[in-house]
Amino acid sequence: MEHAHHVEHPDMYDAESSKVGMWLFIFTELLLFGALFVIYAVYRYMNPDAFHLAGEELNRVIGTVNTVILLISSMTIAMATTALQKGHRNVAIGLVSITFVIGLAFLVNKYFEWGVKFSHGIWPGSEHMISEMSHGEILFFGLYFVMTGLHALHIIIGMAIMVFAVRGLARGKVHADRPSLLDNCGLYWHLVDLIWIFLFPLFYLIH
Amino acid sequence: MSGEKHHIVPYRLYFVVLIALLALTFASVWITSIELRDYTVAAALLFAIVKSYLVLNYFMHLKYDKPYIKIMVGFVFAIFLVMIVITFLDYLYR
Repeated sequence: MEHAHHVEHPDMYDAESSKVGMWLFIFTELLLFGALFVIYAVYRYMNPDAFHLAGEELNRVIGTVNTVILLISSMTIAMATTALQKGHRNVAIGLVSITFVIGLAFLVNKYFEWGVKFSHGIWPGSEHMISEMSHGEILFFGLYFVMTGLHALHIIIGMAIMVFAVRGLARGKVHADRPSLLDNCGLYWHLVDLIWIFLFPLFYLIH
Repeated sequence: MSGEKHHIVPYRLYFVVLIALLALTFASVWITSIELRDYTVAAALLFAIVKSYLVLNYFMHLKYDKPYIKIMVGFVFAIFLVMIVITFLDYLYR
């Protein structure tokens, strides 16, 4: 009997609710990082000199390069949404692909940056840290690894979403009248950019 | 149905926003390299806030979104601000 009235599901697509859903998710991300920023603020307030000293250890140049990289990538994925709205599918695919490659470049920089720290014996719980650093410096590097690590994880997730967005574009499932996957992919990537905008001065520009 | 809304942002605007963001980045690197003592953090954060305003409004399209979405975003940042203020009231006056 149930088979008798098989009804095709109507297309439930709704661009606005997709967007609002994405924003609600972004709010949870903002508060996740927000809590970490509060922890950072309190520990920095309690250990100003140690944070200053430890901050000198970070490479400003790499930090600045990664900021520039991430800002450019935010522009390219924003441009992809414009390209799709104009109906230029291949341009959109190209722009998302460029964003993906730039994200990869960010991770490569991060790999070298963390590599240098590791070669100096600095990683969470390392002997060098425990025996030679003050309490405040240990806190600084702990927060540095947790916050930039969590941020890097978000970069990886953002790149994974881009793969799905490009697949959707290539298969014609994401198009000018159905752009939510690309739009939300962009929103997520801008969130990653937004968090870095605050991580950068707080860790690299302590002077 | 999808015809009415969707403000198409021109490429050029995104490029201009990027240039502004890059300029602010270099300005924040510069301002934190000079000796401002206690104001260094404040200056760096001020630049970061202006940058995030640009990212939210233009890259994340909030400028073209309906007011209720803007209000929601503002509300979340307000919660965050309250969280910071209350935490520091606790640490400063305990």
